Amino acid sequence: MSQDIALQAVNLVKYFSTGSSGVLGRATSIVQAVDGVSFTLPTGKTLGIVGESGCGKSTLARLVTRLIEPSSGSVVLDGVDITNLSGKALREIRRKLQMIFQDPYSSLNPRHSIGQIIGDPMRIQGIVTKGNEKVEVQELMQRVGLNPEHYNRYPHEFSGGQRQRIGIARALSLRPSVIVADEPVSALDVSIQAQILNLLENLQKDLGLSFVFIAHDLSVVRHIADQVAVMYLGKIVEVGDSATVYKNPAHPYTKALLSAVPVANPSLRNSDKRIRLVGDVPSPIDPPSGCRFRTRCWKASDICEAVEPPLQPDGSGRVVACHFPEEQAVAVGQSPQ
Amino acid sequence: MLPDVVLSVRNLSVVFHTPDGDVVAVNDVSFDLRSGETLGIVGESGSGKSVTASSILRLNNSNTASTTGQIFVSGVDVLSADESDVRRIRGSEVAMIFQDPLSALNPYYTVGKQITEAYLVHHPDASKDDARSVTLEMLKKVGIPNPEKRIDEFPHQFSGGMRQRIVIAIALINNPKVLIADEPTTALDVTVQAQILDLMKELQTEFKMAIVLITHDLGVIAEAALDVLVMYGGRIVERSSVDALFSEPAHPYAWGLLGAVNSLSNSSRGALVTIAGSPPSLIDLPKGCSFNPRCSHAFEKCSTQVPILRSVGTLGSVTACHLPDETILSLGRKAAAQ
Repeated sequence: MSQDIALQAVNLVKYFSTGSSGVLGRATSIVQAVDGVSFTLPTGKTLGIVGESGCGKSTLARLVTRLIEPSSGSVVLDGVDITNLSGKALREIRRKLQMIFQDPYSSLNPRHSIGQIIGDPMRIQGIVTKGNEKVEVQELMQRVGLNPEHYNRYPHEFSGGQRQRIGIARALSLRPSVIVADEPVSALDVSIQAQILNLLENLQKDLGLSFVFIAHDLSVVRHIADQVAVMYLGKIVEVGDSATVYKNPAHPYTKALLSAVPVANPSLRNSDKRIRLVGDVPSPIDPPSGCRFRTRCWKASDICEAVEPPLQPDGSGRVVACHFPEEQAVAVGQSPQ
Repeated sequence: MLPDVVLSVRNLSVVFHTPDGDVVAVNDVSFDLRSGETLGIVGESGSGKSVTASSILRLNNSNTASTTGQIFVSGVDVLSADESDVRRIRGSEVAMIFQDPLSALNPYYTVGKQITEAYLVHHPDASKDDARSVTLEMLKKVGIPNPEKRIDEFPHQFSGGMRQRIVIAIALINNPKVLIADEPTTALDVTVQAQILDLMKELQTEFKMAIVLITHDLGVIAEAALDVLVMYGGRIVERSSVDALFSEPAHPYAWGLLGAVNSLSNSSRGALVTIAGSPPSLIDLPKGCSFNPRCSHAFEKCSTQVPILRSVGTLGSVTACHLPDETILSLGRKAAAQ
């Protein structure tokens, strides 16, 4: 395996069973939350994962951080398969792989001081001597833009943006190489979002971090990500360089998603180029056969129902799972059989 | 009150009494809304936009909040009217839709019953059959497929977007003159958000109603509003037409907001434009202009004197800022062009 791959997901699958078990212990239905997702995150880069609610992006985050167990597939961190690690070995890799959560209110223990919240991981992992802990924590606080004198304060004394900085300091406390950030700015006001995004970018530059950045907000991902993966109903439908994907989306879903974002420019208000998807995302309990997007796709035909399109390169440096990718892609890539 | 003004808010202030002290959530807010118009209210959390909206229907708890000023709907001052008058206005003159369509619906009743109930409150003489057919008609208008079947289903059987359509159906069943939409699409995915914004626009034309659209999303504002109020720290800091707000914003806070949004939507990877600091605590607002601690253009007067709203430029904008007109216009255009 190449040295400069920080994190790799190989064919990850997560099925949840829902509903009460019957008399014979059979689950009533299966939610196919993540169904065969693979990605590669190069060292020092940011992979953005976008998709609507229920597409499996948060489940994916929890799978790669080993917070939940995959039904099948594997996670490779720095060339080591971490899928089946447990106990001491798992604790070791937790040091390298940390997470930032969406809600800065529920992800911090209200009964712990900031010093404890940021210092606990260091103490548990034994990477700091007792006398040195406070100094290290205060250094981290400074780094993320918190006042080190607030060491003894509690989460409720901070605003949402400051709390998210605390969450970031906690994630950094173990000096990880990979950070998985699950909607880290979606609970924040616009002006604060920009502050946090700038902070994350500076930290990446200074510390050489690799990010998996999950968000539903396409402009946030566009700004921060080098590569972007678009998910729909548990599968990746398109992956490529941010610039390519945003400029010339190849998958119809990507195109629709991009065109649905309201643009902060009133003169574009009535442009007819808008694609309006009809209906809602189907249930992941009983996803459509073939291509999962076909029920809402304006290009769908018989083949889409019968055959699931594989993720394949389209010649412009990205991969896309569609029988009828958008024109510029067809022109340079493989046309459907 | 001009003939086509359907809602007029005069010097509205709302103070919540809390154990930590008085919270001035809304401070001296005035605006008019004309028939068929959409007024956007934009601001960060705690800026007073939702409290302004709930005051229009007198939904603030009078034990914990004191609301002063006047709010005229069809010539009646909602704030001083009898409870029976207010009850008549709620739903039939002014209706409201909320951010979270799931908690706005009662899980124990079918959606049909919830829409019918809203209709029967204002049409006590209507028969149940009439009410049901009006409800079916409404379900069709808000784009619920297969309404004859779905009218008897419960909220949990609907998706988020469909639930918001149900909430809109309840709001519009009595043909109100004013619809207050408090973050109507914030809880929805972008593709569904686009559907709901389109639906609101269609229904606005059909029902000729005025909409107060509250949102934190400048993209939604650009898409749906005609005029915009920018709120900060409980006050209106700018009122502009939507075109003026995006070409010549007149308040430093609006410059910051626009800068943050624009630099995010640019494809360049440079540092984002931010507004330093965080929104103020409403218990302890900064002296003078509440934005002054975060404003890079603040000078002495800003921390002593509250700026009053005044006209600026030729696009009809109104701003509460001490900076001289020329400075506001040139910095505003610069911020918009970023």
